[in-house]
Amino acid sequence: MIEVENLHKAFDGEEILKGINYTFEKSKTSLIIGGSGSGKSVLLKCMLGLLTPEKGTIKYDGKPYSEFTEDEKKDLSKQIGMIFQGGALFDSMTVEENVMFPLRMFTHKKKKKENMERVREVLKRVNLEGSEKKLPSEISGGMQKRVSIARAIVNRPKYLFCDEPNSGLDPKTATVIDKLIQEITHEYDITTIIITHDMNSVLEIGEKIAFLKDGVLVWKGDKSQIFQTDDEAVTDFVYSSNLFQKVREAQQKGL
Amino acid sequence: MTKGSVLRGLIAKELDDLIIGSMGIVSFLSFFIGAVVALQTALNLNNPLIPKSLVAYAARQSIILEFAPTFISIIMAGKVGSYITSSIGSMNVTEQIDALEVMGINSLNYLIFPKIVAMLFYPFVIAISMFLGILGAYTAAVMGGFVPPDIFVQGLQEDFIPFHLFYAFIKTFLFAFILATVPAYHGYYMKGGALEVGQASTTSFVWTSVVIIITNYAVTQLLLS
Repeated sequence: MIEVENLHKAFDGEEILKGINYTFEKSKTSLIIGGSGSGKSVLLKCMLGLLTPEKGTIKYDGKPYSEFTEDEKKDLSKQIGMIFQGGALFDSMTVEENVMFPLRMFTHKKKKKENMERVREVLKRVNLEGSEKKLPSEISGGMQKRVSIARAIVNRPKYLFCDEPNSGLDPKTATVIDKLIQEITHEYDITTIIITHDMNSVLEIGEKIAFLKDGVLVWKGDKSQIFQTDDEAVTDFVYSSNLFQKVREAQQKGL
Repeated sequence: MTKGSVLRGLIAKELDDLIIGSMGIVSFLSFFIGAVVALQTALNLNNPLIPKSLVAYAARQSIILEFAPTFISIIMAGKVGSYITSSIGSMNVTEQIDALEVMGINSLNYLIFPKIVAMLFYPFVIAISMFLGILGAYTAAVMGGFVPPDIFVQGLQEDFIPFHLFYAFIKTFLFAFILATVPAYHGYYMKGGALEVGQASTTSFVWTSVVIIITNYAVTQLLLS
């Protein structure tokens, strides 16, 4: 579980996050949604420790991050898996080496056989058997995302962060990735936080949803509530796509 | 800190990319430019009072003092420097550096330190460049019939000051550090996309060359004047 309390972050005097309060629950896919520039990525980077907030607290399983010792921070980083928007796979490494990388960095050399078994296990889990020796440039965008997921979970993380995991993918592949993330969240009992502005993802895996606008958390709920809210900012965002607009019109007409 | 075994692997890879991978072009350039230096000197020696051994002497001095350490380093700023900037820059724009940081890996230590260590072997490249440059000069002068072999060898040994070698290798070490760090800085701190990676490589080449030339002047002033 990750708790964010009164989080403030500014760049050059401009406040990007204005007092965010939210709890990301364990074993649930929590989505942070909002338009461009709403502060989603900044919030994610603050939680990852890549940015330091001016004010506020981020608690990992009840303990504030600011009170972590250097060793505890190092341990925490081993418990974090991250799926980047573009995959962020290492170009010079094969699929297998990419997935092996976190294990190689943090485990003893003598555990090579065990590590290899673990890599095979996670590659099987994301349906990438047979692609072990391929380079990232030799596989499709969807496969790259799956490698990224495999690399993120290989260390059995407690927390999984995803930055627009299905951007640039066709709708079918995007759904496969969304479902895979949700399955992994339940299977490994982890706290998953996903940044997205894809409404299909919201409908697919939005167990918990936080809506950000101009650095303020304006709405929270789940996928069953998001289409019933009267909050103008949320409805503007949700119905910005033609498809959802037409669905809404049809609903209003009682069709 | 990056694990020792991982770091050793990274250093070995950088040695292969930066040092071994540069040997071909350095050998080729050194041999032929050494040959051209000897040819130009021999062709411009019209006065019978000037000894033929001057061809070897001039080739040795120009190769050891400037051609091998400085001009090969400028060429390396293009080859090795661009490689360092573009490889780190590409990692930067594709969030690979962020991925390292999230995993708790010190990205500066992981990406740049192995390059600095690998470049400690750069003086070997320059030593080979000196040898091949002089060999090229010998081949051109002797095979071209400009200087007899014994006179060439005598010219090579004339007024040899060992301190000049020390001076050449001191500046080579400094150039090695510049070649590893200036391009790495430009790659690591660049912002933008693919286009900016190209721009960063060009800027890095320009700045690496400028820093090498200024360092060369300063070291020469300090050690030889």
